[in-house]
Amino acid sequence: MKNEMNKMELLKQISAAKFMMEDLSLFLNTHPTDRETIVEYNYYVKEWRDLKENYEMNFGMLSDDSLSCYPWQWISEPWPWENEANFKFEKEES
Amino acid sequence: MWTYDKFLEYPVKIKTPNPEMAKIIITQYGGPDGELGASLRYLSQRFSMITPQAIATCNDIGTEELAHLEMVGAMVRQLMKNATLEEIQKGGMGGYYADHGRGIYPVSASGVPFDASYIQSKGDPIVDLTENLAAEQKARATYEYLINMADDPDVIEPLKFLREREVVHYQRFGEALRIVQDYLKEPHLFIMH
Repeated sequence: MKNEMNKMELLKQISAAKFMMEDLSLFLNTHPTDRETIVEYNYYVKEWRDLKENYEMNFGMLSDDSLSCYPWQWISEPWPWENEANFKFEKEES
Repeated sequence: MWTYDKFLEYPVKIKTPNPEMAKIIITQYGGPDGELGASLRYLSQRFSMITPQAIATCNDIGTEELAHLEMVGAMVRQLMKNATLEEIQKGGMGGYYADHGRGIYPVSASGVPFDASYIQSKGDPIVDLTENLAAEQKARATYEYLINMADDPDVIEPLKFLREREVVHYQRFGEALRIVQDYLKEPHLFIMH
């Protein structure tokens, strides 16, 4: 159970970092000389890489370019569209 | 080509089956302003797009739309997966069930199968980017109509995320259009300053 919590917490952080990369890269496509945003984008790329390495060491392949241990990890369930694969966003405490 | 990440762009975790909601949400999978059309539209237009900024914008927004298509499919699947046949029939999904069971097939809310006429790729960058501005607004409006008809927070949260992304994409396509107009030295007749 604790393992599952760690997995979901890591996945949440990974999703957040990946989302920042997505949103900042769209912005940079039309603002390619915005130096500060490039620094910010690079920050999230590094965070994404670190978090993903941590996740994959414990919970298996997250991307189709990840390393696999034996047996082949990619086919492990659940897939992203299943309820169990997703974390729940808790409302921020106000 | 693409790489695949084995998680959704934004989580979809729906506890309560609701075929009636599935019936209308599926329009963002295969309907006239849905994510399948959006991804095909931008990923087709990019081949004849001009300026580095606008090409990247079509490529990357088209790619993000594939992640949205996956989210919408996940929503419909989770709303249908554990629904009883009685719930499916009461929710107006009997006809869909007859053709597709609890599987995912690209149709509009009124059951019309996906059609390539929902999109345009004109080979003219001004035309295509202008089409995209309207497309993003139509998708935003559709998500708002869906949110108006939803009462489950598990359904509303991902719909709100998807709605917000349409607003961001509209902004980015507007910037891309401006860049292309400046490059072509087109007068900005129809764009508000």
